[in-house]
Amino acid sequence: MLGTIIQQVFNALTIGSIYALIALGYTMVYGVLRMINFAHGEMFMLGAYAAFVILTLLIGDIGNAGVVILALVFFAAVIVVGLIGVGVERLAYKPLRHSNRLAPMLSSLGVSLSLVTAVQIVAGPQPIGFPSFFPSTRFDVLGGTVTSVQIGILIAALVLMVALYTLVNRSRAGIIVRAVSESRPTAQLLGINVNLAISLVFFAGPVLGAAGGILYASYYGIMSPTMGAVIGLKAFTAAILGGIGSIPGAMLGAFILAFVEVAGTALLPALTGGLLGTEYRDVLAFAILILVLLVRPAGILGEPVSEESMVYKREF
Amino acid sequence: MSSIDTSVPVSTGGSKVLAWLVVLAALALLVATPFLPNYYVRVVNGLLIYILLGIGLNIVVGYAGLLDLGFVAFYAVGAYTYALLASPQLDLHLPFLLIVVIAAGLGLMAGILLGIPVLKLRGDYLAIVTLGFGEIIRIIVNNVDWLTGGPKGIARLDKASVAGIELARPVEIYWLLLVCVVVIGTLVWRMERSILGKAWAAIREDQDAARGIGINTTVAKLTAFATSAMIGSIAGVIFAASQRFVSPESFALQESVLIVLMIVVGGIGNILGVIVGAAILILMPEVLREFAEWRVLFLGLLMIVLIILRPGGMIPRTFGPDKLIRRLFSR
Repeated sequence: MLGTIIQQVFNALTIGSIYALIALGYTMVYGVLRMINFAHGEMFMLGAYAAFVILTLLIGDIGNAGVVILALVFFAAVIVVGLIGVGVERLAYKPLRHSNRLAPMLSSLGVSLSLVTAVQIVAGPQPIGFPSFFPSTRFDVLGGTVTSVQIGILIAALVLMVALYTLVNRSRAGIIVRAVSESRPTAQLLGINVNLAISLVFFAGPVLGAAGGILYASYYGIMSPTMGAVIGLKAFTAAILGGIGSIPGAMLGAFILAFVEVAGTALLPALTGGLLGTEYRDVLAFAILILVLLVRPAGILGEPVSEESMVYKREF
Repeated sequence: MSSIDTSVPVSTGGSKVLAWLVVLAALALLVATPFLPNYYVRVVNGLLIYILLGIGLNIVVGYAGLLDLGFVAFYAVGAYTYALLASPQLDLHLPFLLIVVIAAGLGLMAGILLGIPVLKLRGDYLAIVTLGFGEIIRIIVNNVDWLTGGPKGIARLDKASVAGIELARPVEIYWLLLVCVVVIGTLVWRMERSILGKAWAAIREDQDAARGIGINTTVAKLTAFATSAMIGSIAGVIFAASQRFVSPESFALQESVLIVLMIVVGGIGNILGVIVGAAILILMPEVLREFAEWRVLFLGLLMIVLIILRPGGMIPRTFGPDKLIRRLFSR
């Protein structure tokens, strides 16, 4: 029993840290632009594909690459996706910065559609096997099986999150981003380069999302052009649960969501006498999303903003 | 959705000819359809169903300015109502018109059910909640095997019949759809121009101001959700009756996005725009049949370009059916 619990806890931590990496992108973009970036799930997907392409280009034979090469591939892939993120913002969202709030959202739906289809055209719609980025060994922790892949994902995600947290709180770039997210007009008046801040966010978000994608693909050993849709939605749920706009909130929300999901998957069939099976896991996530938005739209760590002040009015 | 000036300067001389050309082409298509081979009739039927769905969703998205990304759930409600009440699944075989009434009622209820909790939400949060709602409905339909047949769906649905006339062949469904589109389209257009429509527009432009001048935003929003859901549900019944087969595949998130896309491309908050948008998005894939996989990419890019260059859509909001008629008969 203890073994099962430990194993489930590790499952939850693994999937939670991947959710967290993606949720951070949603939350940062929302913090700065007050926009839901529907195309963010696609950055997650692109991460896996970029890593795969770079890996096959560098070394034809996947699988016997050394640790250093794998790390280099990882960084190259996330940076490529980060640049794609910046480019997408420039082309598809920047022209809409002064229009109403729904326009960039609709545009991001278009971006999402285009990216998924583009990958489908290039790589084919079928799922592709993905090489593990971590040597796979199994450990026995108090009766539960934990894989080295899980531990690697946990460590990689934690390092990335700590790095982001330090960057945002300690660096000059972080100050710019925080200032813009506090109030764009004021930041602009103070001479802060708003475009730079937005570009930074659209770089950092996709970088983390892509990292999540690579970790996810090496965890499940598979990637597909549509893998970003549901995961993206769940990460978004996590961001809202933690309080959208709040970076620690996104991490907290991601882990809570992952634990609820894992517990729900394990307990749903038992609690309902087999009436509701594990296939309702996704329903659980969406139900949480809707409940949070209805009961506490600001999320757990979000600032208790009133509904009125959240409405973004155009400045004339 | 609004706040962008969508009126474009139009010269009256050439555009009158253009208006006549477009209207005559549309009429010619409608008259010619019954004589075309079945395949083309089915394409036109698909177009008409999407026009119906677009007219329904446009009430919420275009008139009231509430982005609803879960519209397909109501479509599913209607389709599965027909599938359950007129098939061997539960061994029920109710008459078509009765099911239309039941489905309209269920759609209405579903619309209010979704509407009540999201009354307080705006813009992006609303979009996400409705999206979640749509996905929940789809997952449930996919998994309640004993009732809906799960992913396999329900087959062998009854043929629809109205007053003893069987409606099963594509041409018959075509007439049914055409009547529905014309009747519902006219009703919705009248609603748009009624005091309720003005209330919706006020909510769209500025909700606080609307409440300030005494508009009951709760009632207006719920009416929008309910009416739109009802139309979606009716479209679902006709869809099920024409396919005589339903499965969860038809109600994926992409369908909701496609309908929103139709509205955005054609013209937000304008019935003429919905028709144009549906025509572009439904007929284009047929024309571009050889480039099967490229057409979705093209759609996505088109969406981005249109939102940036023509945020109001192809047809401006101000150019409604009344303007069109006036344009046609202007001197």
